[in-house]
Order: sequence, then structure tokens, then C-alpha cells
Amino acid sequence: MLELALKGSKKFYGWLIALLVLAGIGFAFYLWQFNFGLGITGMSRDVSWGFYIAQFTFLVGVAAGGVMVVLPYYLHNYKAFGKITILGEFLAVASLTMCMLFIIVDLGQPVRILNVWLHPTPNSVLFWDTLVLNGYLLLNIIVGWKVLEAERNGVHYKSWLKPLIYISIPFAVSIHTVTAFLYCGLPGRGFWMTAILAPRFLASAFAAGPALLILLCLFVRKATKFDPGKEQIQSLAKIVAYAISLNLFFFLCEVFVALYSGIPEHIDHIKYLFYGLHGHGILVPWMWSSMGLMVLGIILLVNPTTRRNEGVLAAACVAVFAGTWIDKGLGMISGGFIPSPLHHVNEYAPTFPEIMITLGVYAIGAIVLTILFKIVVSVKEEVNG
Amino acid sequence: MLKEKRIFNKKLVIAGLIIFIGVITFPFWFNHAKVVAPPEVKLTEKAKEAKECVLPDKVKMRGNHMQLLDMWRDTVVRDGNRKYIGTNGKEYEMSLSNTCLDCHSNKADFCDKCHEYASVNPYCWDCHIDNPKETKNNETQ
Amino acid sequence: MKRNRREFLKLAGITTASVIGATSGLTMAEASGSGEAKHKAILAKNQKALTAKRWGMVIDTTKLQTASDIEPIISACHKIHNVPEMTNKNHEIKWIWEEEFKHVFAEQEHELVNERLRHLPFLVLCNHCKNPPCVRACPTNATFQTKEGIVMMDFHRCIGCRFCMAACPYGSRSFNFQDPRPFIKETNKEFPTRMKGVVEKCNLCAERLAVGKLPFCVEASNGAIIFGDLDDPQSEIREVLNTNYTIRRKPALGTGPSIYYIV
Repeated sequence: MLELALKGSKKFYGWLIALLVLAGIGFAFYLWQFNFGLGITGMSRDVSWGFYIAQFTFLVGVAAGGVMVVLPYYLHNYKAFGKITILGEFLAVASLTMCMLFIIVDLGQPVRILNVWLHPTPNSVLFWDTLVLNGYLLLNIIVGWKVLEAERNGVHYKSWLKPLIYISIPFAVSIHTVTAFLYCGLPGRGFWMTAILAPRFLASAFAAGPALLILLCLFVRKATKFDPGKEQIQSLAKIVAYAISLNLFFFLCEVFVALYSGIPEHIDHIKYLFYGLHGHGILVPWMWSSMGLMVLGIILLVNPTTRRNEGVLAAACVAVFAGTWIDKGLGMISGGFIPSPLHHVNEYAPTFPEIMITLGVYAIGAIVLTILFKIVVSVKEEVNG
Repeated sequence: MLKEKRIFNKKLVIAGLIIFIGVITFPFWFNHAKVVAPPEVKLTEKAKEAKECVLPDKVKMRGNHMQLLDMWRDTVVRDGNRKYIGTNGKEYEMSLSNTCLDCHSNKADFCDKCHEYASVNPYCWDCHIDNPKETKNNETQ
Repeated sequence: MKRNRREFLKLAGITTASVIGATSGLTMAEASGSGEAKHKAILAKNQKALTAKRWGMVIDTTKLQTASDIEPIISACHKIHNVPEMTNKNHEIKWIWEEEFKHVFAEQEHELVNERLRHLPFLVLCNHCKNPPCVRACPTNATFQTKEGIVMMDFHRCIGCRFCMAACPYGSRSFNFQDPRPFIKETNKEFPTRMKGVVEKCNLCAERLAVGKLPFCVEASNGAIIFGDLDDPQSEIREVLNTNYTIRRKPALGTGPSIYYIV
């Protein structure tokens, strides 16, 4: 099937080449980082995780979001999603590829990465995270590829795939739960230390992932002969509507607990993010935009008349995706580090090389996604045409 | 896959394969006929005097010093053991900089030449000071 | 337990020809080795090494009133451990340093806090917790707790993920954002430097304890820092703890710091 990715229009090749160039630029910056060390980033002794880990966290969510098409189809026999499960699975593959790359670019000693498995440490959440992420990646590659292949050949997929599909559902939940556990089990980091972190991560994941999927579906319909379907897109939109509402609800639960209890260790981070602390507040406009975008998304998605208009729906999805990205990809990580456990306020902003490396990783993810989606679309066109 | 009806371009495929094999074997024919003499191990006076090293067998030392050092570093850092009593009954402090390089204070001649020849690039020296004694002498001179 | 057995086999594999096959990595090289060893090699501690069940420290802040009392202690430690002085504050590396009351005991801070305490320079360092969150977090066991209660770094194994830095509630860990060597003014040639990309922190002078010396900060403190075995009821440190009221940093977190402060 891989050969299907090779036959494309000029636009297709142009897009791939543009992405390759971007990935190449990112790689050049990474070589600089590899030689110099992480000092070329904006991270510091106090904010020791930055943009890379934040992107990783956000993309684990996008990957987990793929389960929102897999679960209704395979578990509840919701037939309509049969057409697009593969898109959800391949979106997960591309996202997880980026997750792995973000972990690697974040390491101080990347060549020693296999130490995680050479010296397995079950008490470390990071150890488990590598296991579930790799497991989920593998499951999605196998399931997605095999089911698509069967579809191409006009046969039913092999029965041994069924258990793998079922396993992939709790796996999707586990990847984001374990990723939340990275943060919420750390003493002395009040912002993250909340039992609602994992549920909140999942809620924002089930909003961001399907929102991106809707946008991709709309694009696929426009650019190719394969139509993912009106009903499918509407069902996804409802999922996004509920998930983003839940995300906001969970967040407000957190805000209530922090503010009403009045415990400084919990309030300070929220204060920093939304009002600024001791005169520092570069994230303030971002966080309010994030809230605004998420609220806008809820209004447009819950209301049936706006949701059914696909133009408005696309805008709502962009709002949800951007809102959750700011929430997790910007605020969540540095917000937890500021103020520091010794109550110093050292702000963080990614540097230019850091952003270029990040873009490079996104470009690689986009290449993977483009190729996989191209294969899917070609198969669908072949089968239907 | 049921029916693959692709016609592959034979010429291109074969040409590609030849290029591939050429590229992948490049190091072999690039170095062909080039004989590099193995470096001679130079011993300092102190090393000569000691007659035997931590592993009394010279060949074993040459072949296994990396495993020995690997074990040393593990046991020193992780178990707090600092003493190594060799099979010859001699006692050593397990320290690359302070023991090994105390005798073999000619790192450039003793370590580097051979590592270069074998094309290995151990990162020991990123942290462990090359040569405590020699530099000290230089400073006093 | 397991480690010891493995180590023994490793050692046997390297030193004697008789245990060929014990460690697969060595067998090939072994085949060419000839000398039959008379006895096995032994790994051991130094006889004069100081030992304890759980090392701890009491910092008597009544004896450390001014920055000039504190400064020599910090520079002593940083000098012998080749701690670099980074020019970029973001990349700072600190093993032991000075903080104000409101930062060290943030949860104890209030507007009426005693004037002396408000301006007193406090020494802070790794707390060598009894229940260290950094050790729990490390995915490679590069940071670990020794049998004597010291939280150590194995720089050879650290992958630089910085999970331990997020886990430490005391901000005791520093990361080498770049090669530290150019920033070390005077190198102590008997102690290694670090390389870029690894996390480092106070090691409670494990290298000095191993040769029977006290931690350097203790030595440089003129008696202001009392060091000893917390598990030994007869020790001096227990006597000091018994006769003075001491506090620890963030006790509510359950990490069990081994550094106590007399305030």
C-alpha cells in the first residue's frame, strides 16, 4: 500500500517538499542543540521543562483523541464511524511520532535514551509512559494498516485484530492518564497536584483530537474524492462539544478548590497564569485568549444551528484546538514551574532555536500524517471508485 | 495483498541496487590497501616500574579495561566501594583520574593513540580530568 | 542483592579465566587471556571510611549570622566539586547556596516574622530525603539512595530528562545546560567535572566520607554544621537534636529531609 503515497499531484509533492525543508531546518537547529546542549532553549534551573514537554503533553492528547472514533465503532457498533476510524488511528500514529521526537529533543543526553529500558525502573512514571506510548503507537500502526489493507482487498479484517482493537481502547486512556501522572504525583508542585489532572487531560484530549480530525475530514472532502461524511462530522462535533465543556468544567473545579481553600501553593500558579505574579505575567493574555476560545467553541458547538453549519463548525474547531493548545502547550507546563518551590518567579519563553526545532518536529509529524492520509484516501477512492 | 500489478523498471532497480551496494560498502574499499600500523603502547617510567597493571595479564587489560572501568564506576558510585584488590593481591583505589592516570600520565600516547586507531571515542574525558599529575608538574615547572 | 551477585560474576569474568561464560560480554576477550589467577579480585570499602545508617546534618543558624559566615562554606564546596560559575543565571549550578527565610520556609513566612530571621542568610542544599521524590521519579535509577541515606547521582547513567528536577520540592537540583568546564575557574583535578546534559546536586561529599573525611561544608563551618548518624542514639547529632528545637523544610510533604535547622 505504501506505493499509493508515491503517486500524487504536484501540490501534494510541493507540500511534502515544503515540509521536508522545514524539517531539515529544524534538524539543523537540533544539531546545534545537540552540540551545545539545552542552553540554547529558554529553559532554566527553575523552569526545567519547557516548550518541548508541553508539546509532548498536548500531542499525547491528540493521539488519545483518536479513540473517540474507534470506541463508538468497535464497542457500540456505531456504523457511521467505520468510514473514518482509520483517520483517527493514523492521526494517533502521527501524533505519537511527534511525542517521541519531542521527548528525544528534550533529553540532555539523547544517546543514552535506551537506559530507560536497560535499567527499567518501575517506580518511575516516565518508564511507564514510554511503555504505553510505544504500545499505543504499535497498536495503531498494526490495526490501522491491517484494517485498511483488508478494506482494499474487499475482505473482512483478520479475527486476530479484534483483541488488539479492544486493547487499544484502554491504551488510549492510559497514555494520557500516565502522562498526567508525570505531573500530578510530584510533591511541592501545587498547580499539578490535583486528582482531576488526568480526567482534565483526557477531556481536553477528546476535544482537541476530534476537533483536528473534523478539520482534516473537511479538508479531505474538499481536496479528494473521498467524503468522510456529514453524519460522521456532526457526530464528532458533538463529541468535541461535550469534551470541551467537560474540560472547562474540570478546570473550574480546580480553580474553585484552589481559590476557596485559599492555600497559597495552589493559588499562586493560577494567579501567575491569569493575573501575573510579582509583576511577571507574559502568559496572561494567552491564558485569557485560551479561555475565550474554549468558551467560544462551546457556544458554537453546543448550539445545533451553528454546529450544523460546516463553515462555523470549522471555525469552532479551530477555536477549540487553539484554546486547548494554549492551555496545555503553553500554560500547563511553565505554569506549574512558576513560582518555583522556593517561591522565586523566573519566567520562561521559548527561544528562536527552540521554536524552530519544535516546528521541525511538527513538520515531521505532518509528513507522516500526509503520507498516511494519502494512502487512506487513495484506498478509499480505489474501493469506491 | 491479492494482485499486485505493478511493473517495476528493471534497469532502474538494478542500477539503484548497484549504487546502494556501492555506498554501503564504501568504507571497505575506501580503506582498501591502506595499512595503518597499530600504535605502539608507550609506558611511563612509573608504569614500567610497576611491572603489572590492575589486571596482571597485559592482553586481558588491553581487551577488557573498558569492562573493568565500567564495573569500577558502577561500584564506586552506586555501592560506595573504593578499593579494588586485584588477583595479584595488590590494592588499588578505583579511580580513573587518580589511579590509572597516575601511572599512565601520558594519556595522549597511552590512551588516545590506541583509541584513535580503534576509532573509539570514549566520553570518559568529558568529566574525568585528563591528567592530574602531569598538569600539576607543568604548573610547578 | 541481585546487583551484588551480578557484580561478583562480572568481576570474576574479568579477572579469572575460570568463570568464562558468567558474563557473556567478556567471554570472547577471555578466550585469548591466559593467566590463571591465584585468587579472585575483591571490591571493598576503604577501612577508614566513615559509615552510618543514615547521614544527617544540623545547621545551626545562630552561628551563621552574616553572608561572610556563609560564603566560605559555599565556595569550599563548589571549589572541590568543580561546580561552575555560569554567567547565565538560567543555567546556574548550585550544590549549596544561600536563601532568605521567606524562600526556605515559604509556608512559615508571615509579615511579623522576627527581624533577625527575616534577614538571616540560610544555607540550603539537597535534603537527602528519607523518602526522596527525585529517586522515585528517575526513569533510569541514575539518581538513587545509598544504604547510608545519601541521595546520589550517577552521572554516567543520567539521560538528562530532568524529571528529578520537577520532582524535587526544594529546588536542589541543577542541570548542565551546556559544557560546564569553561566556567570552572580553578579545577580540582582529583574530582571529575560534569558534562553537558546531566543533572547534578550535592552528594554529601560521598567521596570524602569514603576516605574518612567529613563533608567539606562541615569542615569549613567552624562547628556551625553538625554532621552524623541520625540512626545512632549515641551520636553527637542526636545529642544536638535532643537539646535544641530544630525545623526542617516542608515537612508536610512527607519527604523526610535529613537536614535540620536550629533557628
